[in-house]
Amino acid sequence: MTFRIGPRTSQIIAYITLLVMTAITVIVLFFIIFYILKNGIGQLTLEFLTDRTRDMGREGGILPSILGTLFITIFAILIATPLGVGSAVYLVEYTKGGFIRRIISFGADCLAGVPSIIFGLFGFIFFVITMNLGWSILSGGLTLAVMILPTIIRTSEEAIKAVPYTYREISYSLGGGKLDTIVRVVLPSALPGILTGVILGIGRAVGETAAVIFTAGSSLGLPTSIFSSTRTLAVHFYILAREGISMPKAYGTAAVLIIIILAINFIAYRLMHRFIARYY
Amino acid sequence: MKDKIAEKLLLFIAFSAILSLSLITFFIFQQGIPLIFKAGLGNFFSLRWAPTRGGFGILSMVVGSLMVTIGALAVGIPFGLAGAIFLAEFSSSTIQKTLKPVIELLAGIPSVVFGFIGIVILVPFIREIFGGPGFSVLAASIILGIMILPTIVSISYDALLAVPKTYREGSYALGATKWQTVVMVLLPAARSGIVAGIILGMGRAIGETMAVIMIAGNALKIPGSILDSVRTLTSTIALELGYAAGDHRAALFACGSILFLIIIFLNIIATRITNRK
Amino acid sequence: MNKLSIRELSLYYEKHQALKKISLDVESNEILAVIGPASSGKSSLLRAINRLYEIDYARITGEILLDDKNIFDIPISELRRRIGLIFATPVVLPGSVYKNIAYGPKLHRRLKKSELDELVCDALKAGNLWDEVADRLDDSASRLSGGQQQRLCIARTLAMQPEVIMMDEPCSGLDPISTAKIEATMLELKKDYTFILVTNNTKQAARISDRTAFLYLGELIELDKTQKLFTSPADMKTDDYIRGRFG
Repeated sequence: MTFRIGPRTSQIIAYITLLVMTAITVIVLFFIIFYILKNGIGQLTLEFLTDRTRDMGREGGILPSILGTLFITIFAILIATPLGVGSAVYLVEYTKGGFIRRIISFGADCLAGVPSIIFGLFGFIFFVITMNLGWSILSGGLTLAVMILPTIIRTSEEAIKAVPYTYREISYSLGGGKLDTIVRVVLPSALPGILTGVILGIGRAVGETAAVIFTAGSSLGLPTSIFSSTRTLAVHFYILAREGISMPKAYGTAAVLIIIILAINFIAYRLMHRFIARYY
Repeated sequence: MKDKIAEKLLLFIAFSAILSLSLITFFIFQQGIPLIFKAGLGNFFSLRWAPTRGGFGILSMVVGSLMVTIGALAVGIPFGLAGAIFLAEFSSSTIQKTLKPVIELLAGIPSVVFGFIGIVILVPFIREIFGGPGFSVLAASIILGIMILPTIVSISYDALLAVPKTYREGSYALGATKWQTVVMVLLPAARSGIVAGIILGMGRAIGETMAVIMIAGNALKIPGSILDSVRTLTSTIALELGYAAGDHRAALFACGSILFLIIIFLNIIATRITNRK
Repeated sequence: MNKLSIRELSLYYEKHQALKKISLDVESNEILAVIGPASSGKSSLLRAINRLYEIDYARITGEILLDDKNIFDIPISELRRRIGLIFATPVVLPGSVYKNIAYGPKLHRRLKKSELDELVCDALKAGNLWDEVADRLDDSASRLSGGQQQRLCIARTLAMQPEVIMMDEPCSGLDPISTAKIEATMLELKKDYTFILVTNNTKQAARISDRTAFLYLGELIELDKTQKLFTSPADMKTDDYIRGRFG
C-alpha cells in the first residue's frame, strides 16, 4: 500500500510553500534596499552631493557623476521619446495588422532583449570609433537612447491603444483630420501612460553600466560640453566597489542610485494608476 | 496634405527600432565574424584564450555562461513560478496590487547594486559556509536568479491570469482543490506564456554583465564545481574591451556575435511561443 | 429644397453589405426620423453621409449630394463641419466643458479668445445647457450627468455651426426628463438646422419628426410623412414594426 497525501493536506502544504517562497523574494528585495540605504545614508551630506570627486573617489563628492548621469539621461530621453512615441503612434493609428506592423514589433521585441553589453560594444564601435564622437556624453546618450527605445515604444503603444475608439470618432465627426485627432485627442489622453514609459526608460538609463562605460568613458572631470567624457553614477559606483577604492563612498553612491530608482518607480507607478483609473 | 506628410514621417520614425537592430547586427558581426574565420573554428572553440598571442578559444567562457545561466534558472524558476502562482491564485486583489509593483521594482534595481550585494554579503557567506574563494558559479547563479525573478514572475502571472475563468470554474465544479486546479488545469493552460517568460529570463541571465563580473571570480578555466570561479562571455568582453586592440578587440566582438546570436535565437523562440495562441 | 440627396447608396464592411441601394432626400429644416430594428443599417447610413465609414475601412457605392454637390467634392473636414453627428452614448473628451465645446471650432479656423468665448456661450445656450454649466465651464466635462453630457455633445456640434445634425439614438441611455429636454432643444433648433434622427424609439419618432424612413436589413422599405407612416403604412413590414411585432 502506498502512502498518499490527501487533497486538503497537499493544498495546505502547497499554500505554505508558495507563501514562504514569495515572502523570501519580497524579503530579499527589501533587504537589498534596506542594506544599501542603512550603510549609505550616513554619507549623504550636502558636501558629498555637491563636491568634486578627488583622489579617484577616495575623497570628495560625486558631483561630476551626478551631472554626467543627468546629461546622458536627458540626452537619451530627448532622442528616444520622439522616436518611441512616433513609432507607437504609427503602430496603433496607421497600421492595421500586416507585414509592416509585424516587422516593427519584431524589431522592438528583439531590441528589448539585447543585453546591455552588446549595446556597449555597438555604441563603442559605431558612435565612439566609426562616427568619431569619442568617449562622450553624446556617444553614451545615443547608445542609451537605442537601449531604452523599445521600453518607450511598448508602453506608449499600450497607452495609445487604451484610448477609447469613440474619442477618435468624435474628433473625426467634428471635422478633425487624422493628425489633429492624434495630436489633440489621442496623445493628451495617453499622456500618463506615455510618461510612465519615459520614466521607466529614465530608470534604465540611470542604472545602466555596461552600455555607458565603453561609450561615455570614466573621466572624473566636470562635464563641459556634450563631447566631454564622463563617468555616470552607476559606473562610478562600479569602479569604487570593484576596485575597492572606498567602501563608504561606494555605499553613499549606491544609496543615491537606489533613492533615484525608488523615486522613479514610485512616480511611474502613480502615473500608471491614474491612467488605469481613467480608462479601465 | 499635412496628414500625408505626417504619415510618411511617422513611418520613417517607426522603422527606428528595426533600423537600430540592423545597425547593431551589422556592426557587431562585421567586427567579429571575420576573426572567427581567420582564426579557424578549431581555434575559436578551443580552451586557449590568449588573444594577444593568437589563442582565441572561447570554450571555457561559453561553458561558463551556460553554467551560470542554468544556475540562475535553477534559482529563478522555482521562486518565480511560486511568486506568480501565489499572486495569481492564492492572494486577494489588494495583495496582488501591492506585491506586483514591489516585485517589478526588483527589475529596476541596477545590476551593479546586485553585484555589490553579492560582494559584500553573498560571497563572504559562501566562503564561510562552503570554503573556497566565494567568488563562484554559486554566487553568480544566486544573484542572477534573483535578477531574472521579476521577468519570470510578471510574464507567468499574466499568462495565469489569461487562462479563461471557465477553466477554473469547471475544475472546482468537479471538486478539485485550488492547488489541484493549479497543477492540473492552470499550469498546462498557461504553459506557453510561462515558457516564454523563462526563455526571456534566460536571455537576461546570459546577457548580464556587471553583476557577474563582480562576483564570479573570472578565472579562465572550466569550473570543476559550483564553488569554483567562472568567467562568462559577457565578463570577458567587459573586462578586456577597455585595452584591447587589433585581433584582440575583434575577438571580443566575436564573443559578442556569439552572444548576440544566442539572444536573438532565444527571442525568436519566445516570440513564436507567445504568438502561437 | 433638398438639403441632402442620396442616390442608390450601398455600403459594405468587408463582405457584409450594410446598406442596399438606398435612395432618399432630406429636406431643409425638417426632422427626418430613421427607424428600424437592430442591424437595419440606420447607423451605417449616418456614417456614410459624413464619410465616417472610412475609418472603419468600409466602402460605398452610389451618390450623396449636399446642397446638390457631391460630398466627395467637398473637403472632408468641411463636410464633417457642415454635417454634425451625435452618438448614442455621450462621449465627452477629456478636459473641461469649455475645451469640449471649443475643440471643433479651433480645428477649423483661428479665433480670438473673445470670439471663442462668445461661440462657446452661444453653443451652450442653443444646446439648452448654459444655465446649468455657466459657472463651471472649467470643470471636467466628465463630471456632468448623462443627460447634460449628451446636451454638451449637441452643443459641441452646434459650436461648429453645422447645417445638418445627425443623431444616432441620442436618447437611448437617458431618463424621460433628459429625453424631453433634448427633444425640446431639437424642436427649437429646427428653424435653423436640418435633423436626421436615428432612433429605436418609435414613439419618439412619432412625437417630433416631420417625416419617417423605415429601414429593414439595409433596405429602405418606406419613407413618408410621419403621421401617414404611423397611421396607415403602405408596407406590411412597417406595420409589423411600428406595432411592435418584431425588432
